[in-house]
Amino acid sequence: MVPVNYYIILSAILFTIGVVGVLTRRNALIIFMSIELMLNAANLAFVAFGSLLQTFSGQIFVFFVIAVAAAEVAVGLALIVEIFKSKRSIDVDQMSSLKG
Amino acid sequence: MTLELIFFLVLSLIAISTAFGMLLSRNAIYSALFLVLNFVTVAVFYLLLGAPFIAMAQITVYAGAIMVLFLFVIMLLGAESLPPAEVLPWQKPLAALLAIALAVEATFILITRARPVGQIVPPADSVNLMETVREMGMMLFNQYLLPFEVTSILLLVAMVGAIVLVRKEKRVH
Amino acid sequence: MHFAEEVTAGFFFLAPWIVFAPVIGLLINIIFGNRLSERMIGSVASVASGVAFVISVLLAYSVSANHGEVVRWQLAEWIHIGNLNLDWTFRVDSLSTTMMLVVSGVGTLIHIYAIGYMHEDVRFKNDIPRFRRFFVFLNLFIAMMMILVSGDSYLMLFVGWEGVGLCSFLLIGFWYELDTLGRPSWANSNAAKKAFVVNRVGDFGFLIASFIMFWALGSFQFDQVFEAAQGVAPGVVLAITLFMLIGVAGKSAQIPLYVWLPDAMAGPTPVSALIHAATMVTAGVYLITRSAPLYMLVPQAQYIVALTGAITALFAATIAVGQYDIKKVLAYSTISQLGFMVAAVGMGAFVAGMFHLITHAFFKALLFLSAGSVILGVERGHHHAEHAHHTGKHTKGKGKKKEEAHAQGHGEVFDPNDMRNMGGMRKTMPVTFRVYLVGTLALAGIVPFAGFWSKDEILLDASLHYPFIYLLLSIAAFFTAFYMGRQIWMVFFGEPRHEAAAHAQESPRVMTVPLMILAFLSVVGGALNLPFEGFHNLGHWLEYTLEEVEALPLDYGVAGISTVLALAAIALSWYVYGRNPLRAGEADPLKRRLGALFTGMEKKWYVDELYNAIIVTPYVRISQFLADVIDWRFWHDWFHEKVIAGTYNWLSNIALNRYADQRGIDAVANGLGDFTQWLSVTLRKIQNGFVRSYALSVLVGVVLIVGYLILK
Repeated sequence: MVPVNYYIILSAILFTIGVVGVLTRRNALIIFMSIELMLNAANLAFVAFGSLLQTFSGQIFVFFVIAVAAAEVAVGLALIVEIFKSKRSIDVDQMSSLKG
Repeated sequence: MTLELIFFLVLSLIAISTAFGMLLSRNAIYSALFLVLNFVTVAVFYLLLGAPFIAMAQITVYAGAIMVLFLFVIMLLGAESLPPAEVLPWQKPLAALLAIALAVEATFILITRARPVGQIVPPADSVNLMETVREMGMMLFNQYLLPFEVTSILLLVAMVGAIVLVRKEKRVH
Repeated sequence: MHFAEEVTAGFFFLAPWIVFAPVIGLLINIIFGNRLSERMIGSVASVASGVAFVISVLLAYSVSANHGEVVRWQLAEWIHIGNLNLDWTFRVDSLSTTMMLVVSGVGTLIHIYAIGYMHEDVRFKNDIPRFRRFFVFLNLFIAMMMILVSGDSYLMLFVGWEGVGLCSFLLIGFWYELDTLGRPSWANSNAAKKAFVVNRVGDFGFLIASFIMFWALGSFQFDQVFEAAQGVAPGVVLAITLFMLIGVAGKSAQIPLYVWLPDAMAGPTPVSALIHAATMVTAGVYLITRSAPLYMLVPQAQYIVALTGAITALFAATIAVGQYDIKKVLAYSTISQLGFMVAAVGMGAFVAGMFHLITHAFFKALLFLSAGSVILGVERGHHHAEHAHHTGKHTKGKGKKKEEAHAQGHGEVFDPNDMRNMGGMRKTMPVTFRVYLVGTLALAGIVPFAGFWSKDEILLDASLHYPFIYLLLSIAAFFTAFYMGRQIWMVFFGEPRHEAAAHAQESPRVMTVPLMILAFLSVVGGALNLPFEGFHNLGHWLEYTLEEVEALPLDYGVAGISTVLALAAIALSWYVYGRNPLRAGEADPLKRRLGALFTGMEKKWYVDELYNAIIVTPYVRISQFLADVIDWRFWHDWFHEKVIAGTYNWLSNIALNRYADQRGIDAVANGLGDFTQWLSVTLRKIQNGFVRSYALSVLVGVVLIVGYLILK
């Protein structure tokens, strides 16, 4: 008998940690992984609400999110590999050619 | 203090700590492994919430496929050495501050506006994995058919894109 | 007085031609003059003047045929404003025809003389084309004088009055860039200016008189004025007549406005003869005669006029004694004789005054023209002598005498007018000598010459009514004879005091013939008004115009006294000047004897210097002050520069440029640009190229929006 609010708080904390990771780490891969963490936090909230409301919609949504996350990771990692080929580094601070 | 509550708290502690571990560890491989643990913990959460299919999907796809892919790339690119100087000194404190603010705000807004009332009922014993899968399948192919098809196309595009991206261009001289 | 509006008999329709004939003459000379020879120019002018004379004769004949009726012949309408109706009307009566005859007659003779005189004068002064201008001006003068004497109203008279003043100015300053000796100078133009300005003072009096006349009497026309004057208070008429006297004093050279006439001798001699002896200066006398009805109403004004004339006569005569310039002597003599005339008309003896006017015109014109002949003769002698020296210098040896004589001819400035350079001219210029003698005797008043009869009539009238005037005039007559005798002895007798006089030559016939005609008139002119029963011709003639004419018989007492005085004066002059003729370089004998008195006479009693000190110098100082200080230093330098220009400069440079434009508008405009630049420079730093910071911006936005949603 866990109140749903606890799940919400947990989801928020996990999301926040993911945000901090995106903003703070310089390694592109770590940033990517923090994004996955954020997605996961959102998925958790979905499922929690779905369970509360006794509907499958939440789970369906999470299903789709997972599929899209997979696709996104595939493409994203390919991009990172490409960047590494030209820049010899995956430090996002070194990819500031668009500075004004 | 029921058993579920204790269980929940312990699990949430693990989840949060692994998240922090991923965040703070210097080595990228350690971060990846921490994240795997996190995903597994979240899968257990799904089970507690009565979504066994999703739990399995989480472990299989997320922890199994995605993180493995991550590990591949990490090992391919090598754990990078951090340059000595910090270029944006104000980024970390500000980010932390804002993140905390966001957390507070998110919690606040979800609780007050959404106003979910109620307790999560643990899944009944009669919850059957096969039942869940069949139900989900029914919903997927009936109500959510369009997103399903579009997602399949998306996966196709992603595959093709990934391959195209890493293909060596033939230089024409 | 009888009037004839409808012209029945006579040549009155010719009246306007007395003015138009000279005008046509001058127009011909202006337009075609540069193509005509000198002879033609002079002839055109003389013919024009002669035509005017012929017409005057015809008009006089017409008047006498009409029994002296006054004919008013209107030519054109002039002013019709309110109550003032004035037309250009010719008044033909006995008085105006008399004046017309004198002016045109003597004028024509002088025109002919001037052909010869100016022919030589323009060659001495080296400006031959100026010949034409002289005759244009002379004709203009005749026209103006005709307007003056034929006018039917005071305003018409004034038009002619001003016109002759103008011609006087033009002719005195004929050689405007030179002085009388031919050197470049302001002298001649100053003399012309002086004549004009002093005349102006007189004109001012005339104008005041005419203003009072119009205001009190309502008209300018002679008959209307004389009629209306009967009905107003005598004070008004007194004012009119006294102001008119100021005008007369200016035009006829009486005290205190006579000072221009001696300076007017700067003009060529025909000018002096015509304008300043015979015609223009007599305009004042004519004016008083014409205004006789006004003067008869106010005996006090009459006495003042007579006194002015008498004092002037004596004063001028004393000055004439001390002059060395042959023309200046004659000039002061003119002033003195005008004094006689003014005294006469002042006393009410209008006929005597007009008689003396006529005879004076004859012999004074004669004297001036003869003096011109003498001057030209001396000039000819001077040039002749110079030539002789030039040619003689190289051949003959250099003795001391020759050097002295040489110095006399070259280098020094030679004044041909100076009587001290003359002497013995009766041998070198015999014709001129004889006519000059005739003129002198006429002027001195020796019987039977014309001057005796006219002067005697004046003296007779004075002795009867105004004894004090009689005394003054008699003394003046004494001086007159004395200085004329002095002149004869100095110029024509003795030995030549300068080689120029020694080489003098007689003048050509074109000059001597008019002299002889005038001499003839000076001899027989007395017949005009002999004081014997039945011979008062002029008196009867003028009686048509003037109301009362006192025809006096000859008084042997007065006549005898005046003759004795004249002869005594001539004898005295012979004693001083004729017995031991002056030699070259000697001072005037009277200087020794009279000392300071003679110096006073010589220096014209310092009247010019007095006027200069009292009037001219302060005026010049004031005008200089106004010009320099007020106009230039204050107005131009300070006000314009500092105030106006300074204010403008301040306004445009400081106020508008510095503050409004630079600090105000530029600040805003530039500031806007600078601000935009600063803004862009600052905002550019946001694009640091780091993805993480972009993500942070997104987070900031999210936090803010969610916060906003919460608070909403």
